[in-house]
Amino acid sequence: MAAASDSLAQSVDLREPSGWRRSKNQIMTVLMWLAFVIVLIPLGFVLVTLVAKGADAISWQFLTNSTIPPNVLPLGVGGMGAAVVGTLEITGFATLLAVPLGVLGAVYLNEYGGNGILARLISFMSSVMTGVPSIVMGLFIYIIWVAHFGYSGMAGSFALACLMLPIVIRSSYEMLRLVPDSLRQGSYALGATKARVTLTVVLPAALSGIVSGALLAVARAAGETAPLIFTVLTVEQTNPNLFSGPDTSLPLQIFSNAQSAYTGANARAWGAALTLVAITFILMIVARIITALFTRNTR
Amino acid sequence: MSAATKADPATPAGSANALNRRRPLGDRGFQILALAAGLLVLVILVLITVTTAQQSTTWFSGGFKDIFQVAFDGNTHFGAMGVLFGTVISSVIGIIIGVPVSVGIALLLTQVVPARWARPFVYVIDLLAVVPSVVWGLWGIIVLVPWLQKIYLDIASGVKGIPVLDSLFGGPNVTGASFFTAGLILAIMITPIITSLSREVIATVPDIDKEGAYALGATRWEMIRGAVWPHSQGGVVGAILVGFGRAMGETIAVALVIGDSVEVTSHLFYSGHSIAAIIALQFGEANGGEFRSALIGLGLVLFVLTILVNLVARWFVERSSRRARGE
Repeated sequence: MAAASDSLAQSVDLREPSGWRRSKNQIMTVLMWLAFVIVLIPLGFVLVTLVAKGADAISWQFLTNSTIPPNVLPLGVGGMGAAVVGTLEITGFATLLAVPLGVLGAVYLNEYGGNGILARLISFMSSVMTGVPSIVMGLFIYIIWVAHFGYSGMAGSFALACLMLPIVIRSSYEMLRLVPDSLRQGSYALGATKARVTLTVVLPAALSGIVSGALLAVARAAGETAPLIFTVLTVEQTNPNLFSGPDTSLPLQIFSNAQSAYTGANARAWGAALTLVAITFILMIVARIITALFTRNTR
Repeated sequence: MSAATKADPATPAGSANALNRRRPLGDRGFQILALAAGLLVLVILVLITVTTAQQSTTWFSGGFKDIFQVAFDGNTHFGAMGVLFGTVISSVIGIIIGVPVSVGIALLLTQVVPARWARPFVYVIDLLAVVPSVVWGLWGIIVLVPWLQKIYLDIASGVKGIPVLDSLFGGPNVTGASFFTAGLILAIMITPIITSLSREVIATVPDIDKEGAYALGATRWEMIRGAVWPHSQGGVVGAILVGFGRAMGETIAVALVIGDSVEVTSHLFYSGHSIAAIIALQFGEANGGEFRSALIGLGLVLFVLTILVNLVARWFVERSSRRARGE
C-alpha cells in the first residue's frame, strides 16, 4: 500500500509550475492589464481635453442664446441654445416613437411569438438591424420622407427612431425573459386576459430594466450625427416647430464647427461637445442607478 | 443539466390562443398591435433595400465599367472601388489594433478581476461607448491629427528605403488625416462592443471546465488556453465580426479624420475616403442626377455589406450560445 501511494505521489507533479510556465502566465496577466490601460489613455485624453476646452466655452449665454453666430466670430457672441433645443426636441420625439414600438415588439417576441419561426426571424433580424450604419437610416428617411415633405426636426426623429427601435426591442426582450412564469400563471388563474396580464403584471415587473435599456438607447441616439445631416439640415436659429422647416442639433453643430478653420468655431464645437457628452452621461448614470435599484430589489 | 429542466417557458401563449374565439376584442387588438410592432423591423429592413435600390438605378445602370473604377469626383467619375477600399482598410486597421485589446480586457474582467470588482471596470469601458462619434471626430481632427502628423513623418523618414515598410508607412504624401488615423479612432470606438459581446460569451464557460484545468495543475493562462478559449472561440469571432460591421458603418468620426481624398494605395499614412464618409460629406452637394444616385447606391452597398457581416456574426454568436446551453 505504502509503495502504491508513493508511486502515485511521484507520478503527479505537485510542485509549483516551473519557471517558464509561471513567467508566461505572469506575462499574459500583465498584457491583459495593459490592454485595459491602453483603453484608458484615449478615454482619459479625450475627457480631459473635452472638459478643459469645453468649460471655457460654456456659460449660461452659450447654453441659451438662440443665435449661432458665423464661424469667424469669437466665442463671446451668440450661443448654442438653438442646438440644445433641437437636440432635446428631436431626441425626445424619437424616444416617443421608438420606445413604445420597441417595447411592443419585445412583448410580441416574448409573450406571443414563442418559439415560432416568425418570432425567431424578427428576433434575429432585430439584432442584425442594430448593426445597420446610422448613415443608411439617414438616407432611407431622406428618400421616403424628406424628398417628399422637406427637411424637419421630425424627419431627424424618424431616422433616430429607426436606429433606436432594434436596440429597445433587444434590451426589453432580455428583460421580459427574466420575468418569472409563475407571475403570468398566477394572473391567468385569476381569469385575466393575456393583454391584461402583459400590461398589468409582466411589463411592470420588468419596468426598471426596460427603462434603463431605453435610456441607453436614447443616450446613443442623442449623440448621433449621421442620420441627421440630410434629414434635419443645419440652421443657425432656434426652430420651435419640430414638424416643419430645417432644424439643428448639438452633434450637427459640432460636426460643422469642427471642420472650420476659425478658433471661435472650434471653441464653440468643444462647448457643444461638452454639453452633448454631459447630456449622454446623465442619461447613462440614470440608467445605471435604475439598474442598480432593480437588481437590489430582485435580490 | 438535462434538456428537460430547461423546458420552454413560453407555453402560456398556446393556452391563451386556444380560447381565441371567446377572447375580448381589446385582447386580440393588443396582440395585433404587438405583432405589427415586431413586423416593423422586417418592414424597415425591406423598405431600406427597395427604396435605396430604386433611387440608385441610374448609377447601377451605368454598368460595371463605371462602378468598378477608383475615381469618385462627383462629376464624371462615380467609382465605388476607391471608397470601398478606404472603408475596408480603415476597418481592418481598427480590427487589428482593437481586437487584442478588447479580447484582453474581456479575459481580464472575466478571469482575473474578481466578479464583484468587475463592475466599475465595465462602467469605464461603457464610457467609451457613450462618447458620441462626433466627439471622437472632433478630438481626432483638432488634437490627434496634428500630433500624429509629426509621428507619421518621423516614421516615414525612418522606414525610407526599407522594402515593405516603406510602401506601408513611407511615401512623400504622408499626412495626419489618413487611413491609419481613421483605423486608430475606429479601434477605440469598437472596443466596447467587442469587449461586452466577448465577455458574455466567455462568462458561459462552465466552472467545472475551468476547475478541471486548475486541478490538472494548469496556470491561469493555460486554463484560459485550454478551457476558456475552445469553448468561446466561435462567440468571440462573432463579436469581432460585429465590431467589423460597426467599423465599416462608422461615419462621422471617420469623415473628420480620414482626409477626404479618394484613392487606392498601399500607403497607410496617406489620406483616403470611406463609403460612409463620402455620403456624409457630399450628399448635400449632390443635386440630383448620377451624383445623388451614386451616393445612394453606395449607401445600398454599405447596407448590404454590413447586413452580411452581421448575419454571419450573429450566426456565430447564436451558435456558440446554443452550444453553451448544451443544445
